[in-house]
Amino acid sequence: MSWETVIGLEIHVQLSTKSKLFSGGSTEFGAESNTHVDLIDMGLPGVLPVANREAFYKAIRFGLAIGAEINQTSTFDRKNYFYPDLPKGYQITQMTKPIVEKGSIKIVIDNEEKVINITRAHLEEDAGKSIHDLFEGETGVDLNRAGTPLLEIVSEPEISSAKEAVAYFKAIRQLVTFLDICDGNMAEGSMRCDVNVSIKKTNESELGTRAELKNINSFKFIEKAINYEIDRQIRVLENGESVVQETRLYDSEKNETRSMRSKEEANDYRYFPCPDLLPVVISDDELKEIISNLPELPEEKEKKYISEIGLEESEAKIISSSKTMANMFEQASSKTNDAKLVARWLVGDVSALLNKENIEIDESNLSAENFGKLIERISDNTISGKIAKSVLEEIWENGSDVDEIIESKGLVQIQDESLLEEIANKIIKSNPEQVLAYKGGKDKLFGFFVGQVMKETQGKANPKSVNKILKKLLS
Amino acid sequence: MTIKYKSIKEIKKMISNKEISNVEIVNEVFKNITENEHLNAFITLNEEDSIKKALYLDNNPSDLALSGIPVAQKDLFCTKGLRTTCGSNILNNFIPPYSATVIENLESAGCISVGKTNMDEFAMGSSNETSFFGNVQNPWGENLVPGGSSGGSAAVVAAGIVPAASGTDTGGSIRQPASLCGITGLKPTYGRISRWGMIAFASSLDQAGPMARSAEDCAIILNEMCSHDEKDTTSLNENIPNFQKHLNESLKGKKIGIVKDLDLSSLDNEVVKVYEESLNEFTSLGAELVDITLPNLSLSVPTYYVIAPAECSSNLSRFDGVKFGRRSENPKNLEELYVQTRSEGFGDEVKRRILIGSYVLSAGYYDAYYKKAQQVRRLIKNDFDSAFTKVDVIMTPTTRGTAFEMGSKGSDPIQMYLEDLFTISANLAGLPAMSLPNGNIDNKPLGLQIIGNFLDESSILNFAHMYQNVTNWHMHTPDGLRK
Repeated sequence: MSWETVIGLEIHVQLSTKSKLFSGGSTEFGAESNTHVDLIDMGLPGVLPVANREAFYKAIRFGLAIGAEINQTSTFDRKNYFYPDLPKGYQITQMTKPIVEKGSIKIVIDNEEKVINITRAHLEEDAGKSIHDLFEGETGVDLNRAGTPLLEIVSEPEISSAKEAVAYFKAIRQLVTFLDICDGNMAEGSMRCDVNVSIKKTNESELGTRAELKNINSFKFIEKAINYEIDRQIRVLENGESVVQETRLYDSEKNETRSMRSKEEANDYRYFPCPDLLPVVISDDELKEIISNLPELPEEKEKKYISEIGLEESEAKIISSSKTMANMFEQASSKTNDAKLVARWLVGDVSALLNKENIEIDESNLSAENFGKLIERISDNTISGKIAKSVLEEIWENGSDVDEIIESKGLVQIQDESLLEEIANKIIKSNPEQVLAYKGGKDKLFGFFVGQVMKETQGKANPKSVNKILKKLLS
Repeated sequence: MTIKYKSIKEIKKMISNKEISNVEIVNEVFKNITENEHLNAFITLNEEDSIKKALYLDNNPSDLALSGIPVAQKDLFCTKGLRTTCGSNILNNFIPPYSATVIENLESAGCISVGKTNMDEFAMGSSNETSFFGNVQNPWGENLVPGGSSGGSAAVVAAGIVPAASGTDTGGSIRQPASLCGITGLKPTYGRISRWGMIAFASSLDQAGPMARSAEDCAIILNEMCSHDEKDTTSLNENIPNFQKHLNESLKGKKIGIVKDLDLSSLDNEVVKVYEESLNEFTSLGAELVDITLPNLSLSVPTYYVIAPAECSSNLSRFDGVKFGRRSENPKNLEELYVQTRSEGFGDEVKRRILIGSYVLSAGYYDAYYKKAQQVRRLIKNDFDSAFTKVDVIMTPTTRGTAFEMGSKGSDPIQMYLEDLFTISANLAGLPAMSLPNGNIDNKPLGLQIIGNFLDESSILNFAHMYQNVTNWHMHTPDGLRK
């Protein structure tokens, strides 16, 4: 029997506002426990929330970028449940009238585009953290995170594999970082997701019973958790049993999902409109202002790179895929006349170094100015490409200035053709056997002579001149 | 010299004429508190700070509006460094790190907060019998309730201990005790006074207000209580008038709405008589009686008892023993921590309302109860809106009768809920409303309710003040008629 998978994602994006959604408390990550907590975050008796407009502006940027409807009047509701890290005993969220509704985003799977519709994106406050492993027999509560603004992005159940789910998550991450509304830092929990997975027989229209996988925060685990869950549900169904609607927790150490609570045990959240907050109204002027400040998005950038700069499609895709890459490309290109060469180096050697260390380009020692200069020195023949690689490696190590490296190490390319001819003659004289073999038809040996000249000049010879001279001398 | 039963104006004059010092006033207040301990009207006293402030004022005389005026604060307002219990065991040990905006406003106007008054637990009650700290006694009679929930505030003003007190009103909690204790109390328009620092019962209904011996004193206090507060998004950003300005305006040609849908037949004849006599007083002042209808008025009580418990069930969730307030000892696990803390910490009435509220908000019942109640609330508000196109104020009795005996309604919550019949609709509609003394039956006071249009506290105060100019019901005290 063949099965089809139906997946929907709820992604929680932590918005990069300075203060919390309903208080002046700081949202900075990593502070000492319970130091970024004000009266409101603590839920003290008598305190009242005041909505942070900046969070609305960021949510609207997202809505505009996914072509969604923006509700210029949106409201807050209370979601009631008890947990020690939820100070008020309810979470303030947007249930009935979210700020963003009905958008979509494109993902690419095996070179094919697919559109995933986004049902809604709503603002809500984050909870604090319960700390179970620090105090013997007791649980600690850290409220630093309590009240941090989240944008919960809910997709339609239109994702059909773990791979697609990851592609969708990546697309959202790319977008929110481009929009500068979230730092995209998965390790610090800036993006987390809940996954709804169900299975149905191929060609059956009715959806199967779903299980919700909670709070997964890495691409790797999303894929593993979904694949585990798909296998589990197929196993259950093929055994003639039925899938139970429940919330499951993914255990990354054991690579399995475990039941957390069933539908019967699920909380009745007793949603109702939050009486402490009036509807938030975004004026036409505010909306216009946000629209006019929207940054260029990846797709537009890709098109521009191809049509205006003449990059290869593959290069344009890679460079526009992340905000830091695109920034580096655009800033470095402004320092040199050869944007194509910037792109080639960015996609080639620079990307290789980034992948090796698994970092983003803005975390490296390479500044856009220095990178632009490096490319300029290649294109004005001050150094060869080969030398440039070693210069790049040195910058990578310590961030030194390109010109200083070239000068202090004497890396300037040898342009003097009479000097190069002298060296070439010396090489030819001391390798008579190879000369004989080359002239006897072993063309490949030409590279040997080039290599010897480069070796003699410590790589500084202009390769074009060397080629020209050797061709002349060996003919 | 004594300040007993004196008005704010009189006390201020005594101070400025140096007939009495600020410290002497505070000493008198605390002597009277001790003598009236049987009233059980205070939960926490603020004696040391009060003397300090009085000393300061003696050395630095000021002409602030409330300079040196001793005021009792309902124990529902957070007071920085001073225990705030809301009448509940669960907050028995709670000392707030901040003060309510109302408290800050009053204190920066020079008043001396002498202590925190007893109240029904979390303001849920109409008799002050639900307080964890025991019931308050009405100064008018040993076994009489003072009304609730601002019963302590009403009692200390009625007993002449202080000239004024703060109260809060969610369904009648200022007006009903004002009526039963023979004082004047005003619930302003919803949003007039900041709710920041008021421990929430039902957020969309709660409103603070003044309780004093006259409309004029209420106006003086109200001037200082009001402010637009950015910390409360429901606080109205409206011009705040000088509430004393229109006190003496003639009532000639002004219109009083008489609610035809109100069935007074279930009330005692004497209660109706007191009500009608006061209406006559207004007509002889030149006002005109106009029949109005509020067709949905009878739905007020059921509507209120869906919305208020719903909001309270959520508002009171934060009292879980985790962060502040009382925590039960040695819970075995998290659930036990919650269950024990809340079982021990809350009284029966609070539990009853949390249960009702949780029920009406639960999945499957929300539409039938909470949503429906909100729709009815809108209808009630519309009724008032159309009535106020024809009249300046609306008058009703404040309560169904005079103060009742302690324990007499304890076993039947519905009977207790009906106490709020006349007062609740003003909260649902967000309108200002006042109770002022308008009679006396068997030496027990009774109140008249004046409901005003949105933001029109001035008209209420005008009607009340003109009435108090020609009557002396507000001068009656448990010690007899004040000279």
